[in-house]
Amino acid sequence: MPALPLDEAGKYVAGAYVVFVALIVIYVAIIAAKIARIDRDLEDLNELVKERR
Amino acid sequence: MYSKGLKPLSSATVVAVGAAFALVFFYAPLDADQGFVQKIFYVHVPMAIVALGGFVAGGVMGVINLRTRDPSWDLRSYVAIHLSIILGVGVLITGSIWARASWGHWWVWDEPVLVSFLVVFLLYCVYYPLRFSIEDPERQARVSSVFAIAAGAFVPLNFMAVRLAEAYTHPRVLSQTGGDLPGEMRLTFLVALAAMTLLFITLWKLELTSKNAAAQLKRLRAKLA
Repeated sequence: MPALPLDEAGKYVAGAYVVFVALIVIYVAIIAAKIARIDRDLEDLNELVKERR
Repeated sequence: MYSKGLKPLSSATVVAVGAAFALVFFYAPLDADQGFVQKIFYVHVPMAIVALGGFVAGGVMGVINLRTRDPSWDLRSYVAIHLSIILGVGVLITGSIWARASWGHWWVWDEPVLVSFLVVFLLYCVYYPLRFSIEDPERQARVSSVFAIAAGAFVPLNFMAVRLAEAYTHPRVLSQTGGDLPGEMRLTFLVALAAMTLLFITLWKLELTSKNAAAQLKRLRAKLA
């Protein structure tokens, strides 16, 4: 196939890079949510320890 | 434990990914044959190489787990395979986009490189149901490690088999002649590959840190109960 014109090729290139960035952002967001939950659970545990004292 | 060195590693990854993007769009020349579409190469190929490397690394960590019976190596192996599967999804999608732009088809079934990567990807998709169908943690680690080793050994074998195949549609990148990449393109590719490797290691450490913190929290809660 001959090379695509820049405007048409740009859509494919943008699509590929958006897929890559989206995958990484979603992955990092999931890990960040997990870390936030761990942080909340740690606070709860801290409260529990304080109450027991 | 796993978070050691995560901050400088993250910074290095951000710099490397930024440099790779800059080189791809402002330094690397347009391909004479494919034109602008060839820019997909700089994200697709490093992602594929790092994903396959991650699968092999997962197998090596599985070997260490079986030798040492240290469950932390099973966790390392699991996270490496998990991340490689995520990158594998990216490889398949970006590859399809590139195929559509270059060949006019989203997928070409008689192309050995595409089909062999899909076979490897589907093989590793079996890892999750296998791993999570076993409740006993020790047995889970042992069986997962055996799978990681067997599948990890299959990856280079598969790579060699594809190399020996005769029908070539998919371009060769890594060859003894350097894949005929001009200097600017080769430099850009190598920086993109280094950035992808750093990104993989950073995300691997990040997930390990999160999983380790969750496990410690669980143990603490059990002690306090």
